[in-house]
Amino acid sequence: MDFLRPASWEEALAAKAEHPTAVPIAGGTDVMVEINFDHRRPEYLLDLNRVGELSEWEVGEESVRLGASVPYTRIMENLRGELPGLALASHTVASPQIRNRGGVGGNLGTASPAGDAHPALLAAGAEVEAESVRGTRLIPIDAFYTGVKRNALAPDELIRAVHIKKADGPQQYSKVGTRNAMVIAVCAFGLALHPETRTVRTGIGSAAPTPVRAKAAEEFLNAALDEGGFWDNGKIITPSVAKQFADLCSAACNPIDDVRGTASYRRHAVGIMARRTLTWTWESYRGTAAHTEGVA
Amino acid sequence: MRVNFTVNGRPQEADDVWEGESLLYVLRERLGLPGSKNACEQGECGSCTVRLDGVPVCSCLVAAGQVEGREVVTVEGLAEFAKQRAEHGGCATGSCGTSLDEARRWESKPQDSHTGEGGELSPIQQAFIDAGAVQCGFCTPGLLVAADEMLERNPTPTDADIREALSGNLCRCTGYEKIMDAVRLAAARQSEAV
Repeated sequence: MDFLRPASWEEALAAKAEHPTAVPIAGGTDVMVEINFDHRRPEYLLDLNRVGELSEWEVGEESVRLGASVPYTRIMENLRGELPGLALASHTVASPQIRNRGGVGGNLGTASPAGDAHPALLAAGAEVEAESVRGTRLIPIDAFYTGVKRNALAPDELIRAVHIKKADGPQQYSKVGTRNAMVIAVCAFGLALHPETRTVRTGIGSAAPTPVRAKAAEEFLNAALDEGGFWDNGKIITPSVAKQFADLCSAACNPIDDVRGTASYRRHAVGIMARRTLTWTWESYRGTAAHTEGVA
Repeated sequence: MRVNFTVNGRPQEADDVWEGESLLYVLRERLGLPGSKNACEQGECGSCTVRLDGVPVCSCLVAAGQVEGREVVTVEGLAEFAKQRAEHGGCATGSCGTSLDEARRWESKPQDSHTGEGGELSPIQQAFIDAGAVQCGFCTPGLLVAADEMLERNPTPTDADIREALSGNLCRCTGYEKIMDAVRLAAARQSEAV
């Protein structure tokens, strides 16, 4: 094994081009587990800790450009206003020690269906900034996850940042696990209201081979909210609409039975989380602020 | 490969480090600092918690090569670290933490032994003893480092703050109540001292 220690982003890209099998390591909270357990013996480890700009973020007009290595702790402390869904999701990640090291770039690189950030990114709307010596491209989050622990990155590409749309309405995040800390999601759900475009977006974690949106549920809800004039009249969501939305979210799952839960439990729980997060965000949108705080 | 970094204020050099080796392994097996414990090796248990440039991390998940040129504080250096923090004004206001510059300026003083035996205890260590929060003791070093860092950041923690700060540290003996007592005790003593 070789340990590559680029001092700059340019050096990191050059190293990845020269050694496409190199495994990038930043927080190490996934990679080191695999090495400690001998599940993985990469030829090269590419340490990104010395590339300072990966730990920085910029708040723009429309979106936040979040450096790939910004630790979850920083997201919780600094970006709760701009990225409320991701901040809630970050708070559910493992423990303080892990949140001090891990970041969204690693979650995307690993591309586990159970990664905590994914449902929040899908719901908010995001693009992954991938770069290689050949150039930079922005990969829409919906096209990023290509299979179980697979993503759209080319072998010579590294994740520089994630561009996440700033919240234009309430966002929520919910996760099922056996305790609050140190839990890999049994399943998770993110929901974002986008009043500017009068749309709702969702993200489901750990209930399909990849993180997915519940697109049929979104389309149903967008049409129902539009027809009922809900965005203007601010009425409470009709229970039958919430139920239909929840059922469609359950139907968007394609889960498996595993040690953390059964497929049918996951479908059930996603439906419950869909209904709850819709209610919380909608109540918040209506200004009653009954449930503006997250449950994380 | 060779790794140079600072541990408890002293420059250290570790040789023949395997590229996939963890910081924890280097501390325990190469530098003779067995205070940080090796248990789950996957970041679940927190018994290997150390401070890296002031930030609490699981040392089993930090690659040794990543600490080149950086500052590590282990439980062996905690008493001296806490003492120097108190002498430099500590953190009575609640909004501080240790800056990188502060961490860099800090140096531990020689103690009776390399592992810190016979040295003075930090307030959090004394509180753990006084509250009976140590049973088998395996989780204690990680809890001490995590609790000490929380009290530095947040001198008047609520029970929820304590639970949150220690949520990454598992104890299988005490049921946590005595540990909670110990942290409350350390917080109370800290506020009396100011």
